[in-house]
Order: sequence, then C-alpha cells, then structure tokens
Amino acid sequence: MEYAEILHRCFRCGYCKLPSSYQDLNCPSYLKFRFETYSPGGRMWLLREWLDGGIKTSERFQEILYSCTACGNCVEHCIFPKFKADLLNAFTAGRVELVDRGVLPRLVSRYFKAIYNYGNPYKLLKEERGKWAEGLDIEIYKDHEHLFYVGCAGSHDERGQKMTRAVASLMKRLDVSFGILGADEICDGNEVRVMGEEGLFEHLAKQNIETFQKAGVNKIITLSPHAYHAMKNYYPFFGGSFQVLHYTQILAGLIGKAGFTMPSKPLKVTFHDPCYLGRHNNDYFTPRVVLGAIPGVEIVEMDRSKVDSLCCGGGGGNFFTDILGGGPDSSSRVRAREAAETGAEVLAVACPKCAKMLDDAIKAEDMEEKLRVMDSAEILIERLVQANEENETATSVSR
Amino acid sequence: MKDVYQQLVSIVGPAYASNHPEERFFYSRDGGTMEPREPDFVVMPKTTDEVQQIMKLANEREIPVVPMGGGLVLSGLSRPLKGGIVLDMKRMNRILEVNETSRYVVVEAGASQGMLQAYLKKHHPKLKHSVPDAPPIATIAGNVLIHGSGHLSAMGGFHTDMLNGLEVVLPTGEMVRIGSCSTSPYWFSRFPLPDLSGLFLGWAGTTGVATKIAIKLYPNRPFNDVIIFVTEDPEIVPDVIHRLSGVAVAEDILAWMTPKPVWAHGFQMLNVNYGADSRRELTLKRDLLRESVSKYIDEKVGGFMPLPPDMKKRFLEAPASTLAVFADVNKGGGFEYVGGIMPIELFPEAYRKGLEVASKHAVTYSLGARIIGLGHCMMFFYAYAFNRADEADVKRAQQALEDTNGMVLEMGGIPWKAEAPAQKQIINKMHPPTYELMNRIRAVLDPKGIMNPGNWEVS
Repeated sequence: MEYAEILHRCFRCGYCKLPSSYQDLNCPSYLKFRFETYSPGGRMWLLREWLDGGIKTSERFQEILYSCTACGNCVEHCIFPKFKADLLNAFTAGRVELVDRGVLPRLVSRYFKAIYNYGNPYKLLKEERGKWAEGLDIEIYKDHEHLFYVGCAGSHDERGQKMTRAVASLMKRLDVSFGILGADEICDGNEVRVMGEEGLFEHLAKQNIETFQKAGVNKIITLSPHAYHAMKNYYPFFGGSFQVLHYTQILAGLIGKAGFTMPSKPLKVTFHDPCYLGRHNNDYFTPRVVLGAIPGVEIVEMDRSKVDSLCCGGGGGNFFTDILGGGPDSSSRVRAREAAETGAEVLAVACPKCAKMLDDAIKAEDMEEKLRVMDSAEILIERLVQANEENETATSVSR
Repeated sequence: MKDVYQQLVSIVGPAYASNHPEERFFYSRDGGTMEPREPDFVVMPKTTDEVQQIMKLANEREIPVVPMGGGLVLSGLSRPLKGGIVLDMKRMNRILEVNETSRYVVVEAGASQGMLQAYLKKHHPKLKHSVPDAPPIATIAGNVLIHGSGHLSAMGGFHTDMLNGLEVVLPTGEMVRIGSCSTSPYWFSRFPLPDLSGLFLGWAGTTGVATKIAIKLYPNRPFNDVIIFVTEDPEIVPDVIHRLSGVAVAEDILAWMTPKPVWAHGFQMLNVNYGADSRRELTLKRDLLRESVSKYIDEKVGGFMPLPPDMKKRFLEAPASTLAVFADVNKGGGFEYVGGIMPIELFPEAYRKGLEVASKHAVTYSLGARIIGLGHCMMFFYAYAFNRADEADVKRAQQALEDTNGMVLEMGGIPWKAEAPAQKQIINKMHPPTYELMNRIRAVLDPKGIMNPGNWEVS
C-alpha cells in the first residue's frame, strides 16, 4: 500500500481531531461515532495493523475507512510537519487497497457501478444530464470562452439544480461567455478517486479530457469545488491542462462592477467554507469577496471558519453513500446549529453538496423558520427580485 | 459474554458499545511502550446514571472496568490488564458551570483541556485554568486524577491542589460527591470537610470513576512574557529555582535540557512565564525575577538569553504543541517519559543520571523539570523517543524507562503516573503499613476487585 511507511508514525496526540481553537471536535467521523478508531489516528493505527494481518477486513473496518469525509482537517491540524501532508493520501491508499482486494462496502460498490454504467451515481440516462438548463436559454459549448462544468449533484440533485440554475442565470446576466456540455457531460471523478477506485478515476479523467479537448475547451468554470479540485490538481497528470476556475472566482471580479440595485433591508449571512475550495485549495477569500460585493450583505463568521471550518459531512463519497450517517452528532447538524448561533438569516455555501447536506440538516433541526441555505448567486438573484418589488411599490405609490 | 454486551448496549445504546476487533485493538494500547492488553468491550457513557448502571452490572458480574480519558497517559494506565470494559468517558464532555467571582469551573469528566480553554477564552476571557503540556484533547479530569501539573503550577501547585470537588461513581455503583458540593450548591472548595478526594487521586482508576470535577480558575492577565535563564552548571540550578520561585510572581517555571538543537546542548534552560495587568507591572515583575538571580549573573555563571519573537511566541503557547513532535524524532511515532516527582535539590543528580541512562541505552532523549509551587518540588521528566516500527528501539526505550524509574526511586524521588511494573517498584520501597492501608481502603471501596485490576498490585 502506498504511504504505508508513515502509518506507524502517528503518535495519537489528537490535534487532528480539533480546530485551531480546540473548541470542539472537527473531524466529522470522530464527531459522529466517538470511538477513537474513527479518528484520523485510529485509521492510521488500524491500517497498519490490517496490513500486518492483525485485524481482518470487516464491515466495521470498511465503515471506519469510508466514513472519512476527506475534509482535510487532519492534514491542516496535525502537528507532524514531516508526514502531515500525506494523511489523507494514506487513507485514500487504504481504500485503494480495499478496492484492489475486492472487499468493498455494498454502498460503495453500488456507487462505482452506477458511475461506470451511467456516468453519474443517480443511474440516470445521459439525456437527463442537461435538463436543469431547460428554459434558461443556455448554449451548448462551442467557441465560448468558458465551459461551465456542472457535475453530478448540480445536474441531478434537486437542490443542486436550483443552485446551478442560479449560477448560470447570474453568469448570463453578467455577460460571461460560457456554454455547457449538456447530455455529453459525465462525472468528474473526484469522489471516485477519494474512494479508492484509481482505474475508474483515470478512465473518467481521460474521457473528460478528450471531450474537453475535442470541443476546444481552454477555460473551465466548475459549479462544485470537488470538480474544481479534480480538474485543477489531478487532470494534468493525464494530460489535461486547463485553466480551471470555481464559479465564485468568476463572479468575484464581476459583481462589484455590475452596479446592481439592491433592497434596503440588510441581510446577515454566515459563510460555510467548502473543504475542496478552502482547505484543499487554500481559497478562503474569493467566496467572501463575492458575498461582500452584494450590497446590504453583512458577513458574520462562525467560530469555526476558513482553515477551521467544520465539513458538512458530504465529502469522501458520503454525499452518496451516507456511510457517515445522520443524527444530532452528524457534522451537518452540528454545523447548522453553529450557523444559527451567529444570528445569520442565511447560511451561504459555494458547493451543491454542502447546499443539500446543510439544507437537510436545517430541516432535521427544525430551524427552517430562522435559517436558509443559499449560494451567493441565489442570494443575489433573490435580492434583485426584492429590489424590483421595492422599486415597483415606490413607483406605484408615487403615481 | 454475549449477554454482557447486550446489557451494555441496553445501557448506552448500540452506537456506543463495542466488542468489535477494531476497538478492542485500538483500546488495548497507548502511545507508550507498554505491551497491549485487549478489552472485551469499549463503552462510551453519556450520563452519570449510565456509568452507575455499567458499574452495577460490572460489579454483579465481576467484570474489570478501566476508566479512560484522553488516553494520553503514555504509561499504559488505561490498558485493561485483565480484560473487561474500557469506559471511554469523552462523551461526557459538558462544561456545567463557571463561577467568575469564586473562580472555579465544574465540568463533566470527559471535557477536554482544549475545550475548556476555548470556552473560557470566548465566555470568560479574564479567567484561565492551568493547562498541562499534554495535547488539548487530554481530559481535565484525567489529568487531575493522576496528579498532573501545568502552566500555572508555579503559582498553584499540582493540579490536584487546584481541585475543588468531585462526583464519583463507586465500583459498587453508588454515586458520591466529594468536597463542598456534597453539602452546598457551590463547588468552592474541598474543605472544611474531611477530605475524601484522596480516595480517588493518584490511584490509577482503581477506586472509582470520576464523572464530574470542579477545578480552580485563575486570572488570565492581558500582558504576558517569558524569560529564560541559562546556565551550564547544574549545581546552581536548585538555588536558581529557589530564588526565581521565591519571588512568587511566576506562573510557570520549566527547565529543559536537550541535545538538539545543537546550540542548546549542555545547557540548562529555565523558562519563567509570568503575566501582569499592565506593561508597568510586567516590567516590574521581570525586574524582580532578574534581581533574584543577579548573584549568578554577576558571577557570570548564568544569565538570561535573548529571545527572538517567534521563539518567545512558542514559549508562551499553552499547551506547547512542539513537545509532541518529539515523538517523530526517530520517525517512529513514539515517546514515553518518566516524570520523577522530587525535591528541587536533587536537580543536579537527576540531570547527571538522566544523561547516564540515555547514554547507556543509546536512546534519543529530552530532559526537563516543571517546578511545582514556590519551589516546593519538581516533576523531573526523562523523555525517550522510539520508533514504533523497530522492536529493538522500543525495547531500548522500555529498558531506559525501567532503569530511570529505579534511578528516580533510588535518589529519593517517586515516579509519577507510573507504569504497572514501576508501581511495583514503588510499593517495594513504600512503608509497608502504607501499602497495607491502601489495600484495606481498596477492599472497602471495591470488594470484588473490578477497578483497573493489575494496578497498584504486587503480583
């Protein structure tokens, strides 16, 4: 197994479980299950013992490996500089080993099969892929400056689609030159990679690269930070070098200049950093610039933000497999409660998976009355509508 | 044993009771050198009531129970030497009460050091507790129960000295309150009642399970500084400690001696941390500390070293995260230490003999001493790093630790949170009626001998 040589170097000190402030548990699987075995240190020690034959492959062992959301909190807070960068790589390598030995949890196998057969985990036919765009007058990519790559959750999940439509509508309004692949778009493969199916990831990456190259794509805008991560950092290994941008990185330079009229009522917003934009790619600034550029939006930070952000629990394939599971100690519900404590009306997100996970968490916490999950495009569009209504009311009063 | 598992599940719920090989493997060992010992079950209670139910079951069925906090003791005290149940207490982690005026906090036994630090910083920024140099996931209760010490120990003594009260579940399942909380709604002190806390402090979990604990809080001063006295003459260190601590302004005095970095080799460094409410007060305290050791500065056998800002920042950090990094010196994920509690006059001998042991066993070492109270005693630590993947290296460290325990006892010190074999060494040196009294007390509290058996035992 790759990275096996670092497994015994974990000292079990537990910094990996915490944020910088130490205020509470910041590793989603440890937070949920609480046994030491579900912490990053637990995984290190168990993997070593498993490789040595001391413990056998079991459902429990699989659950321990696959409940990791790959959020990167452990990498950020581990205090051992000489191997901390490879902690997640070691966990991924452990899952690769499970794949190689053919001993996978049923839910994971099912996920891989769906991706292999359908190009998406929802088992939907390719014709369904671009249906989110119906009525928006969005063109199929051809000589546009950017390809807008939507991804599986943004294409097929109901909550994700809502976000996709908002982002696409806003980009159109801001005159961003973009087109989509529609039915020809397939999974980016980021979760496949993290879940250990290296071969399938390579297949997806190469297929995407070929599609992009044939279409003459140079610049890609992704909806999901997960796709952003895979295309920016892993596709170059397979010959796919594109300029990859997360959609907030496009919006950041345009919203401020647009001169939108906004409603008079201010809006208190707290921002949830997506792991694949934040900890994995070190961009904590851009989404806040976008939110800050929307007139009337006041950003309040949660206690855990930026490098200390608590993952929504949807990473590492858990958005689809739900091996991490729900309940009051699930990270999505803990995060929803933390967001509500700030007094914000909106929990802003920049990832369709986070949107869905946190939306569901707010429902489970029965907090729909006081807190809504929205992405920056949804916020902006809603405020434009409100401004129009205010304007119309003012006009009719003056008449 | 299957019915025991089912009963544990019915007490804590299926999610928090395990007899899986994965948990049995992980909870059989800690980060130190002691041999693994597998539990039959690992259980995570959420309430005192659940702990009571578990203890009643264990007592009835005569199943060993080992309470565990952060699991960071390193000397193997939470290994279940005779199997049974490991009680992982970390789900009981609420901070229950902070009394700002009388400066105390009441927490559940699984609350971590880091969690309390963050809570105080946010809600009571003028207060702090004494933070040990264990990682922040270490529990407050676990550290107090083993007689820990920390960043306010020069001011407040052992963490046990900072204890105001306890809630404990006895091995037979009854819950008792110790200290003022037994008689009053306030957890302000252990006194003036008969001090029963001694029945549970330093016993390595052999007398009961602490479920709540109250500790003293201290002023968190806005201005803080550290100065470092350096000498290469260990003979003067006891007097230097005596003088520095005698000024009674230091919050923490910590000696450290390591072969690396190279510039530190052969020197004895004494970090003195202190705080103040104003810059003027801080300067005054610094001058008082400097003045107390001016004799040695004048004689040119010691002095205060200049500190670059990044180094100063590191020395003001609590806990000092760099200490755990020592575990990776041999690229091997392990270190363990002997903490010898001893009078400060033993410093030169403790230092010399530490070097001898390290040299004899060819182990990577780091030595140091935390001063307890106004120089009333010290916890002299001998830390040895080892490579967990190299059996011979682990064995070397183990031998060095064993020799060190013997050496500490021979000098007149007592190993702190001693491994089970070192406990036997202590018992062998102990006044026999004292050990007999310990056994009589334990027999009363734990008639069936279920609490962490194998500890504080001769055989």
